[in-house]
Amino acid sequence: MSATGIGASVKRTEDIRFITGKGHYVDDINRPGQAYAYFLRSPHAHATIDKIDTAAALKAPGVVAIFTGDDIAADKVGGLICGWMIHSKDGSPMKAGAHPALAQGKVRYVGDHVAVVIADTYAQAREAAEKIDVAYGVLPAAVDTAHAAASGQPQIHDVAPNNTVFNWHVGDKATTDAAFASAKHVTKLDLVNNRTIPNAMEPRAAVGDYDSGTDTITLYTTSQNPHVARLVLSAFIGLAAENKLRVVAPDVGGGFGSKIFIYAEETVCAWAAKKIDRPVKWTAERTESFLSDAHGRDHVSHAELALDANGKITGLRVHTIANLGAYLSTFASSVPTYLYGILLSGQYDIPAIYCEVDAVYTNTAPVDAVRGAGRPEATFLVERIVELAARETGRDPADFRRQNFVKSFPHQTPVILAYDVGDYAKALDKALELADYKGIGARKAASAKNGKLRGIGISAYIEACGLAPSAAVGSLGAGVGLWESAEVRVNPVGTVEVLTGCHSHGQGHETTYAQLVSSRLGIPLENVSVVHGDTDKVQFGMGTYGSRSGAVGMSAIYKALDKIEAKAKKVAGHVLEASEGDIEFKDGKFTVKGTDKSIDFGSVALNAYTAHKFNGQELEPGLKETAFWDPTNFTFPAGVHICELEIDPQTGVTTVDRWTAVDDFGKLINPMIVEGQVHGGVAHGIGQALMEAAHYDGDGQLLTASYMDYCMPRADNLPSFKVETIETPCPSNPLGIKGCGEAGAIASPPAVINALTDALGHEDVTMPATAQVVWRAAQKAVTKRAAE
Amino acid sequence: MVHVSMAVNGRQAAAEVDPRTLLVQFLRDHLRLTGTHVGCDTSQCGACVVHVDGEAIKSCTALAVSCNGAQVTTIEGLAQSGKLHPMQQAFQDNHGLQCGFCTPGMIMAAVDLVNREGPNLDEAAIRHGLEGNICRCTGYHNIVKAVAQGAREMAAMPKAAE
Repeated sequence: MSATGIGASVKRTEDIRFITGKGHYVDDINRPGQAYAYFLRSPHAHATIDKIDTAAALKAPGVVAIFTGDDIAADKVGGLICGWMIHSKDGSPMKAGAHPALAQGKVRYVGDHVAVVIADTYAQAREAAEKIDVAYGVLPAAVDTAHAAASGQPQIHDVAPNNTVFNWHVGDKATTDAAFASAKHVTKLDLVNNRTIPNAMEPRAAVGDYDSGTDTITLYTTSQNPHVARLVLSAFIGLAAENKLRVVAPDVGGGFGSKIFIYAEETVCAWAAKKIDRPVKWTAERTESFLSDAHGRDHVSHAELALDANGKITGLRVHTIANLGAYLSTFASSVPTYLYGILLSGQYDIPAIYCEVDAVYTNTAPVDAVRGAGRPEATFLVERIVELAARETGRDPADFRRQNFVKSFPHQTPVILAYDVGDYAKALDKALELADYKGIGARKAASAKNGKLRGIGISAYIEACGLAPSAAVGSLGAGVGLWESAEVRVNPVGTVEVLTGCHSHGQGHETTYAQLVSSRLGIPLENVSVVHGDTDKVQFGMGTYGSRSGAVGMSAIYKALDKIEAKAKKVAGHVLEASEGDIEFKDGKFTVKGTDKSIDFGSVALNAYTAHKFNGQELEPGLKETAFWDPTNFTFPAGVHICELEIDPQTGVTTVDRWTAVDDFGKLINPMIVEGQVHGGVAHGIGQALMEAAHYDGDGQLLTASYMDYCMPRADNLPSFKVETIETPCPSNPLGIKGCGEAGAIASPPAVINALTDALGHEDVTMPATAQVVWRAAQKAVTKRAAE
Repeated sequence: MVHVSMAVNGRQAAAEVDPRTLLVQFLRDHLRLTGTHVGCDTSQCGACVVHVDGEAIKSCTALAVSCNGAQVTTIEGLAQSGKLHPMQQAFQDNHGLQCGFCTPGMIMAAVDLVNREGPNLDEAAIRHGLEGNICRCTGYHNIVKAVAQGAREMAAMPKAAE
């Protein structure tokens, strides 16, 4: 392995601009003559809009224009879409209510977009918005996930009776019921997967810019997938033809899923820029991010696990209510279905699984993918009930997991997925050793001496990543293919530009992709530039989410490099006067087999462009290749995380003391970056488990709409993490990569709650297990212990 | 409009501004020093930390006029003569950043922490010292390592380099 090749922890080349303040985020972009947009948002969770009077606001200083839903409708601007069709178990299509970029006749959540005020300055736009007089007819709101579909609840969309989007199911009900009928032991568990808010540190932003000379709209936006944004804004929302619409996502300050989606604000900025023939800029205030970024999770579930007399799991039965909020966001419907239900086998060999999911509308912000998306919810359910089953039957939780692991591959689960490869016991054993699982008794005793409660919790997770085989997801309802593209452009002097559809917003592609290209072509790392995030530069691509940019994005580059090598060999053959088949390529040199005749990569590139040594009609000049990679299977990262924590029963304060992670991500390109992804994911999951919750009150007011109310994990809430890997290379892509971006967030919440309930003598706690929640549980546990 | 004048990264800057202009707006919108970021509106996230007269402040919470006559250092002014400040270098060395958005504030806060508390900072002191800066990407693990390295190397720096 070279110092910069595959497997080397190369320092990130993109860091220089970020540590010197030279990053280039959307809010750093200013266009000549730009105006500023402020969105007037609904203060009510559910109301009719009876009248909007903008007369006074239009006269306010600096105001350029005010638009409402009527203007959007008059211009035939299409509604925001949900790109994944789910069918209910009765075969009927999901009930998607209209989702206009500016509300038409009704608002459905606090933060819904009522009007946009555009003015010379942002302060003027904000002040003018206060002068808009909106007559609302306030309606009762349906807020609570568990009861949204009950009779008598306020109806949010006419097309969706009982606020029900779909009633979906997966697995075989009859065989699962039979497994339960013959079970020796059944473990039952009710769970709430708490609603969270993604909170990328960069708030969403957009600058719309219209060039009347070419009739072209350029939209600078905080997107994880600018090409998908262009496709939706063009083909569905109808702002402009694709060739007249450029979407640029420059440096983006974190996404975590929230910047996949095509939102109202960027739609309106792009549309309004043309309408007023002036650039329009909008940057979210943090409270707007809380109100209007798509939220995550929000499941209410009942689960049952069937065991035989030997402790073998024989069946799993799940019913989940998934809150999708007031409108269907871009990929909302896929999250509680094909990213959730089909993951419910976990790492276990479970012969029968049946899962029903009722997706409901509520008068809350739309809910869509957040880091892990569906897979954290599945893992939380599986790892909580497996832990509980072990405890109920008096088995060691580690041994119980090991007994039930899938042990031979490939493994077809009863819920669609076919796991390709893994070694679950190896990861478990390594994690137990690193965590000193055997020594927990002594550490618990030491804590007890200090009046503290110590607990340990395991989470053995699996995720389906590398999204995704296009034909497979198409058959499941996806509106797009999920391949990725790459273009490798070799310049005449042998430097290389790699163009990718995978946007980088923290993942370090500019380094890892360069590692792949430089090691393959035998050229220095600094001779490779990675280009992404601009639809005028990169032809097409599906973006970054679902831990796909390594497994899918780099496979596309790999395939393009195959073509580069093949073409370069032809050129080298002409230059070296040998047949193409006799040319070998190694360490950046083309050599005629069995001779010392050779030429370096840069010289071949130059010859490809001068085209002096070959007939340009028989061999095209130039050295540039494109590839599209469509995966043949999902990838299946898996691993074991172990949380050890200590509770102060007097205060309820929980201190996460040790964190051990052993992950199998297949081949690693840059271990330093991979570890960083795990750290961030684990922190996100600990946040969900202990601190973070989106709280709506009964009227649908978001009570946690600032950092004073929504508890983000901070440096002093977390420990350092012990992160190691094992490696079973993924067989379905050429580099053996599985993906690592979401694993930490998927694995960690059940590890925390299993550790908490271990410390609390099996007293159940809900997420987020704040000091108050833990204190109450600790008091119960102490009382119970005293009574025994 | 009011007149405001201050030295930013060693250069004199002056403008007529709306009196309610925040320091961060003056830096970003008037001076186009966009390395200082705005991540919230409640002085919680710390993405906007700069140094005013040698001390860290959240520039979203100070009026530009209140900094009249001050010496202001932003992330753009931290590197000297083309050489990264040891804290900047430490963030790259330790993979202490991912998306980079919180990074300028994090680095400015870390430099201030070392200036206040000295270079011998244990993990708990670093974590406590950074609790006013939120990062969603890194889980802080590598930031803590970076600050420890940066602190050690700042100790070896000639004084008053900032």
